[in-house]
Amino acid sequence: MDITINGQLHQLDIEPDTPLLWVLRDELGMTGTKYGCGLAQCGACTVLVDGQATRSCVTPLEAVAGSQVMTIEAVTQDPVGQKVVDAWVAQQVAQCGYCQSGQVMAATALLKQTPKPSDEDIAAAMINLCRCGTYNAIAAAVRHAAQA
Amino acid sequence: MNEMSPLHKRTVRTPDASPVNLSRRGFLGASLGALVLGVSLTPGGRALAQGAAPAIVPGTRVNAYIQIQPDSTVLFRSAFIEGGQGIFTAMAQIVGEELDVDPTQFVVACAPPGPDYTLIGGLRFTGGSMSVRMSYETMRKLGAAARRMLLEAAATQWKVPIAALTTQPGRVIHAASKRSIAYGDLAKAAAALPVPSNVPLRSRKDFRWIGKPVARIDIRDKSTGKATYAIDLKVDAMLYGAVQHGARLGMEPDALSNEDQVKAMPGVHSVHRLPGAVAVLASSWWRARRAVETLEITWTEAAPGSTVRVMPADYSSEAHLDDLKAHTGDGLAFETHGAVGPALAGAARIVEASYDAPHLAHAQLEPPSAIARFNADGTLEVWAPNQAPEMFQADAAKVAGIAPEKVILHSPILGGFFGRHFLYQSANPYPQAIQLAKAAGRPVKLVWTREEEFLRDALRPMGVARFRAGLDASGMPVALSAVAIGEGATGRWFGRTVDKVDSSAVEGIAGKVYAIANRRVGQIHVDDPAIIGFWRSVGHSMNDFFYETFFDEMADAGKQDPYELRRRLLADSPRHRKLIEAVADLSGGWKRGPFTADDGTRRARGVAMASPFGSEVATIVEVSLKDGEVVVHHVWVAIDPGSIVNPAIIEAQVNSAVALGLSSALLEEVIYENGVPRARNYDGYPILPPDRMPKVHVRIVESGAPMGGIGEPGLPGVPPAVVNAASVLTGKRIRSLPLSRTSLADAAG
Ligand code: FES
Ligand code: FES
Repeated sequence: MDITINGQLHQLDIEPDTPLLWVLRDELGMTGTKYGCGLAQCGACTVLVDGQATRSCVTPLEAVAGSQVMTIEAVTQDPVGQKVVDAWVAQQVAQCGYCQSGQVMAATALLKQTPKPSDEDIAAAMINLCRCGTYNAIAAAVRHAAQA
Repeated sequence: MNEMSPLHKRTVRTPDASPVNLSRRGFLGASLGALVLGVSLTPGGRALAQGAAPAIVPGTRVNAYIQIQPDSTVLFRSAFIEGGQGIFTAMAQIVGEELDVDPTQFVVACAPPGPDYTLIGGLRFTGGSMSVRMSYETMRKLGAAARRMLLEAAATQWKVPIAALTTQPGRVIHAASKRSIAYGDLAKAAAALPVPSNVPLRSRKDFRWIGKPVARIDIRDKSTGKATYAIDLKVDAMLYGAVQHGARLGMEPDALSNEDQVKAMPGVHSVHRLPGAVAVLASSWWRARRAVETLEITWTEAAPGSTVRVMPADYSSEAHLDDLKAHTGDGLAFETHGAVGPALAGAARIVEASYDAPHLAHAQLEPPSAIARFNADGTLEVWAPNQAPEMFQADAAKVAGIAPEKVILHSPILGGFFGRHFLYQSANPYPQAIQLAKAAGRPVKLVWTREEEFLRDALRPMGVARFRAGLDASGMPVALSAVAIGEGATGRWFGRTVDKVDSSAVEGIAGKVYAIANRRVGQIHVDDPAIIGFWRSVGHSMNDFFYETFFDEMADAGKQDPYELRRRLLADSPRHRKLIEAVADLSGGWKRGPFTADDGTRRARGVAMASPFGSEVATIVEVSLKDGEVVVHHVWVAIDPGSIVNPAIIEAQVNSAVALGLSSALLEEVIYENGVPRARNYDGYPILPPDRMPKVHVRIVESGAPMGGIGEPGLPGVPPAVVNAASVLTGKRIRSLPLSRTSLADAAG
């Protein structure tokens, strides 16, 4: 199966129903995308599929054939992603950091679609869980990135 | 690790404590002496410590901690593990301040097991909010000694007196000759020098980094997916493992009816029976997981005499709570002042109430994992999330049947911990990884699914507390008798003495600061059938809820404002009085409500105080009710940790502790039925989502008291302040957590 990740084409010989998350992590060694729940509950595994924030733990590989997948590994190659990362640094968002790849990807997807989000837009898009409770810093960083 | 644990008391706080206590000798004693030999410590690779070296004083040998690279960056081995609390940054600030290296030039990793790092009274763990306060002076001295060694090396090289030399970040300067040299160019010569003692420390007024909101050194990596956790690691030729545990603890796998079918699944290497579990090894984790979940396993009861803790088949949370509530009496005394009996007998009015709080899961976002690899030289390497390297090393050795010094333990950063990664029987995956690596003859990386994690986490104990207070005719409390019923985590894992109260079961009911003349805190021990553990702020996580909500009941019964009553009872305690006034000021002045906010909602505020882990905290919360649920709008926290290292990290930690405390107050409970937990993922065990996060306002008060903890203290005040506020709106006291159990109606309709 052919899939495009961060602009690069990969030919993979794997069961087509394998979740994208595990293809990234175990087959391609891209461990920036995290496993938290495997059940679309937490968002730690968020990647962009054709620009949409997508929970890769419940996305079978076959569903992304022909799509553009972007992961945290390439986030700074994207101008919006770079702005988001800089805002994350400026606001000192991360604590344990485990959820933050997914948070950064969710914010990148939001700002690609809605460059000037309202607080309601932010609340509607930034729904990933963070057990360290960085939610206020996340919202501040999204606002920061939108103004950058 | 709770703040009043026996370890802490006997080895840290008390000056005349015996240097080694018995439980400690049990898990550490055998491993230490030999370890030194295995560790190459100096930049040049020359081991400073040889076999018969004199006893190592933890935190003094510069080369065990600091390795200055040729480019002058500093590789620093931290005694404490980073799991979000910012300890790696704090270490860089503290050591960098004295060493004269900008914290941004530090690369920090967790130190291997060894006697150099046992900074907590001869022990090492990351917990009890102790890391900075237990190592602050030692780490400053270490940095100062290292700087001195660099100066000496430069003096020798340039043949000038050391007094003619100064430093600026990362360089030694000889002003007279306008020469300067980078630390990196001196590192090798400096590391070979003896470590000087009694090097003067920088004066506080000259601090550039300590006490400042220095940026965290790990933020960019954590914002770009580069930070590496245990679950991300890989070693050559490894197999991936997944397990299925017996749902009820103590059950053992018997027949596997479709083993052949599973073995034929793609990528499957082998199927293994383990104590209490079945594992599949495969070429990828997803394949291993799918295979192990396809297995049809018959489970049998544990054999009689099994050493595993067996969960009774009829155990339910509801029945256990009833059992706790059914215990009567005052229990074993832990804290007494005055004479509570006569004072109660003479009181004008008696107030009584009973409270309870459920089991809680850690629910840290990184599921536990472990890698085990047996090396050709007879060593075993283990990569495992842990908060206590020496304890894990010793236990891994036992599992593998080898000497502890043959175990090389790596401690990757943690994707959250909150007490999750101590040594808990049946709750850590690394013993399984070791057994599987041995059986397969290949390295194994084992990852527990979120579902297996919810099945085998070590829970915050369930607790009940009963209070009886006596008020005088003017409504002032004159007597307070409290009894905590349940089991503490410290007693479970570090030994309980039958005639002594485990402080982790009562902290937060005991140790309160209010001047109530006659008081008694007792405990009734009841075995908790679940695997219990340390959960952020330990006993305080529920006991301050019990006490501080009962406090408002006393205030209401005596027709006193709860804030004013607290202030009055703190009249002789300036530090606490100042703190409660600080939080009131931060919130714009105390008002209990109910009042109508600008958006038309009817709101109220609650207040609570706590004295956890050497710090003092006062909390005010503002809530409203919506659709039977509490909405928390604001949390104001005034925290007095005595003195501080990084105000930005403190503010972040208070935010984090508020979120977890609020999550526990609003949503969380682990419910067992028939010996099995009901929830196996976040869908059944909701944790605080972003849209329920309040605004958090923090004021740091530096009273100059001895340095207290930061990671946990923000938590305990939150549940009682929330419940006190909610009770104002409902007109009814709420005595059971979480609030999601009850649909809350506004008394005003
Ligand atoms: S791991 Fe995908 S949503 Fe949690
Ligand atoms: S930073 Fe730890 S889970 Fe979000």
